[in-house]
Amino acid sequence: MNNKKVKELKVSAIENGTVIDHIPAQAMFHVIRILNLENFENMVMFATNLESKKYGTKGIIKVSNKYFAPEELNKIALVAPHASIIEIRDFQVARKTVVEIPDKINDIVKCFNPNCVTNHEDVRAHFTVTDKEEIRLKCHYCEKITSKNTMEFR
Amino acid sequence: MKHKSLVSINDYTKEEQLRILELAQEFEKNPVQRIMEDYVVASLFFEPSTRTRLSFESAANRLGAKIVGFSEASNTSVKKGESLRDTILTVANYSDLIVMRNPIEGSARFASEISSVPIINAGDGANQHPTQTLLDLYSIQKTQGSLDNLEVALVGDLKYGRTVHSLVIALCNFNTTFHLVSPVELKLPRAVKMHIKEKNLAYHQYTELEDVLPKSDVLYMTRIQKERFSDPLEYERIKNSYILHADMLPDTKENFRVMHPLPRVNEIHTSVDKSPKAYYFEQALNGVFVRQALMTLILGIK
Repeated sequence: MNNKKVKELKVSAIENGTVIDHIPAQAMFHVIRILNLENFENMVMFATNLESKKYGTKGIIKVSNKYFAPEELNKIALVAPHASIIEIRDFQVARKTVVEIPDKINDIVKCFNPNCVTNHEDVRAHFTVTDKEEIRLKCHYCEKITSKNTMEFR
Repeated sequence: MKHKSLVSINDYTKEEQLRILELAQEFEKNPVQRIMEDYVVASLFFEPSTRTRLSFESAANRLGAKIVGFSEASNTSVKKGESLRDTILTVANYSDLIVMRNPIEGSARFASEISSVPIINAGDGANQHPTQTLLDLYSIQKTQGSLDNLEVALVGDLKYGRTVHSLVIALCNFNTTFHLVSPVELKLPRAVKMHIKEKNLAYHQYTELEDVLPKSDVLYMTRIQKERFSDPLEYERIKNSYILHADMLPDTKENFRVMHPLPRVNEIHTSVDKSPKAYYFEQALNGVFVRQALMTLILGIK
């Protein structure tokens, strides 16, 4: 008998591609939207409300045959600051990284200020990140701060 | 500075700000010159503003410029649903410079990004009003002889007052000591205090106006608006605590001057108006010279 406990995978392994792990369960659909996986044509598998020793519950996404640029993945740090990124090549872990909050945020977040020009004209908000710990974003246009509690995604 | 829009006071360096103030002195000595005769200035006021609009138009008129524009949006294509983008793209064809006031915050930055001619922000909602800041700096420099190492007291609504925020940020370049007088509910926001802290400057907070009078060089008063208070009783309690009367002036320094962005309501009693230490009406006049300096620098005439 083999004593070694076989770790059962809740989501099937992929041969090549990217695994995004440690996504807070409630941020799962934000991550999908931020990475535009809705319009992705290759196989995408995801599961959420999985047990996690560190975080209680978590979500995981596996995207086959796709490697993301770090700038692209760093956008999800706003909702999944502890996400780990695992590049899989030939069923093996080729590289493991963590996401980092970028200095600038473009397109994905709405300015919370209802009187901001980005909520009136055909122009997208973009932000400078002024605080990476608490997550505070300064709007390029109205110069108001959008924070974690007021953040809304496009 | 040629062709460089002015949206926020920080768009211009300290040196550029000082260049404007220096040129404003020249215009003060000689405010009527026909040096803008070949230029058309568009004055787009999407909401009414007597002082700022008249001051810009007077500044341009005295230099011979032609002015086109509107003083409220109700008679324009904006009322028909035209976007700001289309208005700006159109008006940029008719003018060499656009002066714009618009209640939408960030509208001036947006306009500066799509316009082929420079934009001067004459106020975008609660966000920025940089020409007010320039005329405040000019007034301080003129009355104090210098902008460096002054004790500046700011009084009233420090939370929502955009003129206060921009002035604090601008004064951070000049080793200012700040005395901030406001009700607890209307203290200077953290984001603005950050600028003071970054430069390691001193600031002190007070709730009583009397505490700052003997030590200040400049007293910058602002209006406290009733609508800022969720509790009307609270407003009633504090509304009379930040009123300057003439009998409070004897203990102030010789060089002490009272400034106010105007309009005032009751925060400076009319008894102060006669004092040589009252400066708010001259301050408003300085706006003309500062705006002349700014427009001629942006157009490359000076």
